[in-house]
Amino acid sequence: MTTGGSADRVPASLRAEALEQLLTERGLVDPNVLDAIITTYETDVGPLNGATVVAKAWTDPEYRRRLLDDGTAAIRELGFIGLQTEHVVVVENTATSHHVVVCTLCSCYPWQLLGLPPSWYKDPAYRARVVREPRRVLSEMGLELGDDVQITVHDSSSEVRWLVLPERPAGTDGLPADRLVPLITRDAMVGVARIQAP
Amino acid sequence: MTAPMDMEGPAAPPRANGELVFAEPWESRAFGMAVALYEAGLFTWPQFQAALIARIAGWEAARTGGAGWSAEATEGAHWSYYEHWLAALEDVLADSGAMLADEITARARALAQRRTGHDR
Repeated sequence: MTTGGSADRVPASLRAEALEQLLTERGLVDPNVLDAIITTYETDVGPLNGATVVAKAWTDPEYRRRLLDDGTAAIRELGFIGLQTEHVVVVENTATSHHVVVCTLCSCYPWQLLGLPPSWYKDPAYRARVVREPRRVLSEMGLELGDDVQITVHDSSSEVRWLVLPERPAGTDGLPADRLVPLITRDAMVGVARIQAP
Repeated sequence: MTAPMDMEGPAAPPRANGELVFAEPWESRAFGMAVALYEAGLFTWPQFQAALIARIAGWEAARTGGAGWSAEATEGAHWSYYEHWLAALEDVLADSGAMLADEITARARALAQRRTGHDR
């Protein structure tokens, strides 16, 4: 299972290049397909999909109910399905109840909804500390929660991905979904930030 | 690149939507290769995920003696998520017999012999 001690001294950049060459030579990987995958995940797949889900839930009570009942099915209605987004559970943040998501083992994350995880999400410190002292970690990240707010930490796994439905900010009552989408951030959908009023 | 999480200063966690996902180009290639090979059916995603978890757990155990994360134990340690990602990819490829670690090492060493100025 291991690549061995001496192998580890070759820089990862060279190993990645060597692996791509070998895979290409054997017809296992097409560099153009790689380019397309990378472009897709860097540009097309991203927080915009998650924001679309949240904005619809904010403006369509019936959809919101379906989303909280069966996140996977409700997200599928909008066409956002794919790798790492097979089974999604949606939890709702309110004035008194706050949800935050982590993957303690690695970095499970709903790619199709939020894009690829940011570096802090993959960091050993976030993964270990947010479980132990969520209020403090959130405060360090700029989110102050009062003592009356109950915090629930959700550990993502290969079976279940979590998406936080953030609280709709005050002063946005009349806004249609397409005006709400730009307000909705990735961090709010992981639960480490609130949505700011426009 | 990523130090154990420094909440303030230049290494503070980015909070905007527009952050660069990959710190270096090879990281995006490693990412793309895993997705492409999974889509081609060389391994299942749970297999890859288990290998990634094992790699990360190994890194953490080596630094903390199994005691769990602590700022002291991981301070200054080199943490590269995509190095674990790449190692996990090599592990599942080796397990399936599709590519052996020694083959990759040999090719990487050959690439290292290139004269400077001949980056790809």
